[in-house]
Amino acid sequence: MAHDIEIIEKTPAEYSYKKRRSDRLMRSQLMMFALMIFMTLISFAAVQAGFSAYFVVPVVLLLAAVQVGLQLYYFMHMSEKGHGLVAFFMYGGMLIAFLTVLAFVTIIWW
Amino acid sequence: MTTVANSVGQKKGFGATLWDWLTTVDHKKIGILYLIGGGFFFVLGGIEAMLIRLQLLIPNNDFVSAGFFNELITMHGTTMIFLAAMPLLFGFMNAIVPLQIGARDVAFPFINSLGFWMFFFGGLFLNLSWFLDAAPDAGWTSYASLSIASTGHGIDFYAIGLQIAGAGTLMAGINFLVTIINMRAPGMTYMRMPLFTWTTFVASALILFAFPPLTIGIFFLTFDRMFGGNFFDHTAGGNTIIWEHIFWIFGHPEVYILILPAFGIFSEIFSVFARKRLFGYSAMVFATVLIGFLGFMVWAHHMFTVGLGPTANAIFAVATMAIAVPTGVKIFNWLLTIWGGSIKITTPMLYALGFIPSFVMGGVTGVQQGAAPLDYQLHDSYFIVAHFHYVIVGGVVLAILAATHYWWPKMFGTMLSEKLGKITFWFFFIGFHMTFFLQHFLGLMGMPRRVWTYMDGQGWNLFNMISTIGAILMAIGVIVLIINIIMTTAKNVRVGNDPWEDGRTLEWAIPSPPPFYNFAQTPLVRGLDTYWIEKQEGHNGYTAAEPVTDIHMPNGSIIPFFMTLGLFIAGFGAMYRVDHSWGLAVLIFGLAFTFLMMALRSIKDDLGYYVTKDQIRRTERGRD
Repeated sequence: MAHDIEIIEKTPAEYSYKKRRSDRLMRSQLMMFALMIFMTLISFAAVQAGFSAYFVVPVVLLLAAVQVGLQLYYFMHMSEKGHGLVAFFMYGGMLIAFLTVLAFVTIIWW
Repeated sequence: MTTVANSVGQKKGFGATLWDWLTTVDHKKIGILYLIGGGFFFVLGGIEAMLIRLQLLIPNNDFVSAGFFNELITMHGTTMIFLAAMPLLFGFMNAIVPLQIGARDVAFPFINSLGFWMFFFGGLFLNLSWFLDAAPDAGWTSYASLSIASTGHGIDFYAIGLQIAGAGTLMAGINFLVTIINMRAPGMTYMRMPLFTWTTFVASALILFAFPPLTIGIFFLTFDRMFGGNFFDHTAGGNTIIWEHIFWIFGHPEVYILILPAFGIFSEIFSVFARKRLFGYSAMVFATVLIGFLGFMVWAHHMFTVGLGPTANAIFAVATMAIAVPTGVKIFNWLLTIWGGSIKITTPMLYALGFIPSFVMGGVTGVQQGAAPLDYQLHDSYFIVAHFHYVIVGGVVLAILAATHYWWPKMFGTMLSEKLGKITFWFFFIGFHMTFFLQHFLGLMGMPRRVWTYMDGQGWNLFNMISTIGAILMAIGVIVLIINIIMTTAKNVRVGNDPWEDGRTLEWAIPSPPPFYNFAQTPLVRGLDTYWIEKQEGHNGYTAAEPVTDIHMPNGSIIPFFMTLGLFIAGFGAMYRVDHSWGLAVLIFGLAFTFLMMALRSIKDDLGYYVTKDQIRRTERGRD
């Protein structure tokens, strides 16, 4: 029917820029992937090694938080442009959840 | 091609019309469906209110039984909040927000329809309790120990009905967020959005964060009552206070979900009928966002007397009072908008002017209750009843009535009678103050809320009688409004694009009602109050941002209706599973049916259709 299909041609400069950019992204994603595997290994090792639970639990939680951050920024593209509102909503939600939990563990008796 | 021809509008039989409404994904039609559904439940909740007031007319009355009275107050509260106020606001959001931002529909038209049907079937499920068993009787807050001890299926109807309706609300909220973020016309930056769009945006964000706690709480309640859970049963290691926390973590943002769109409606009305730019636009936006944030940090002020401890009470008291600051900013901005304006007292403006003193009175008693020591005196008394009716009726309901008059011409293409509108206003406004003003004093005299009847000789008789007479006046006001709607529809005098003559926002730049594709060309927005700018420059209509091209539109679908029907059936299964063996089969059948419909939706590609340039030109010419 009458709806037109738009074809956008890339110039050679654009093409090589896009290629370089995606190469760079791919490299960083692979590095982060390796790093995350490494962190997972540390977590398993910490549990296996039989350290005190007071040491293992915070370490595992900390590594988990770092992994969530890496996941969001390197694999779910939050580091790229146009994600400001997404970040605002996520951090807003986290702040509200944090304050709610904080209220429960500090000032509420029940 | 047939689809296009149908949507352009021609004579159709009853069956075809019904099918059209059942399958529609058009935001304007879904807005009208929300108004019809919400209006129906509003009348139902109003009848419940009248029965409550008739019972309290004289001391020692036995017009209704004590058990039935508990059902009445529970269903009045639940119906008015979840099934009347919210859907009516959703109706206006659906009908108006896409027009205000220059969009052709919401971001997810299919989900929009699904959200409506889930609200409607959830409400239907809840209200079938009147006929099938007994209605819920543990109050609209349904505090756990009481609601778990309640016999019969009443509370089950509450839990499952609200679960279905709540899921619909969550979908609608997410839909509006995505629509406002992604579908704004070129030039419509965030700080050029009309205030109604802004408040819809913030209210939708509140829905996104507040409804999941409700979902969880109701699931816990469902499991405790129907599947042998012990979340709230303290004899089995549960904690009954957790329900109160979860309910109010949802419940406090909920009241802002209601009042923020009301603020948006009045902001529009003030600037249109004072014929001035809204005073302090950016402060208004900031105040809206701030109220949204603070709304999540005050839930425990509903629980001061539970015994949270002095530290918690003090901190939540201060946080509560902080909300008065952004709200005060808004009140002063509205006053300064009218100040020096060229004011036209139309029906919507009358509601807006009546709203300011009414809402301020509700706000002042709110701050009083925010003082924890005083709250120990006021808690569970009629003072509380007076307070929340002052904010919800004096704020939200007045806004809904104002919006009905204000946007009626845009939605239906006819103008409600101004004379009858003003009669409605005065009956409703005087009735409202008569009903609730004296209830403050009844509370201070010691009358507890939710009582079935009261003894003679306590000095409560006169005030209760005046209160009931006020309620009758409010009912007369609503009846006049219904007569007005019927007469206006019967006369069917069509109006043009901008019937108030002072419209400032984009919705007034297009025909009333708008064609199904809204804007023949996507508009270009050149500032706040887009249409006002165009009129100042002598233009008729809006500046287009694109040439006339084919418009991509979504197809209607019956799948949302059937998806919800499956959940509706599953709800009965879950409930009757407790006492009948066939219940489980019905539960499984209902859920399977819903999943089948979801699978159908995923498998079947529906890419919508195109309205061609020729058809657009023909439609636009036909209007001139």
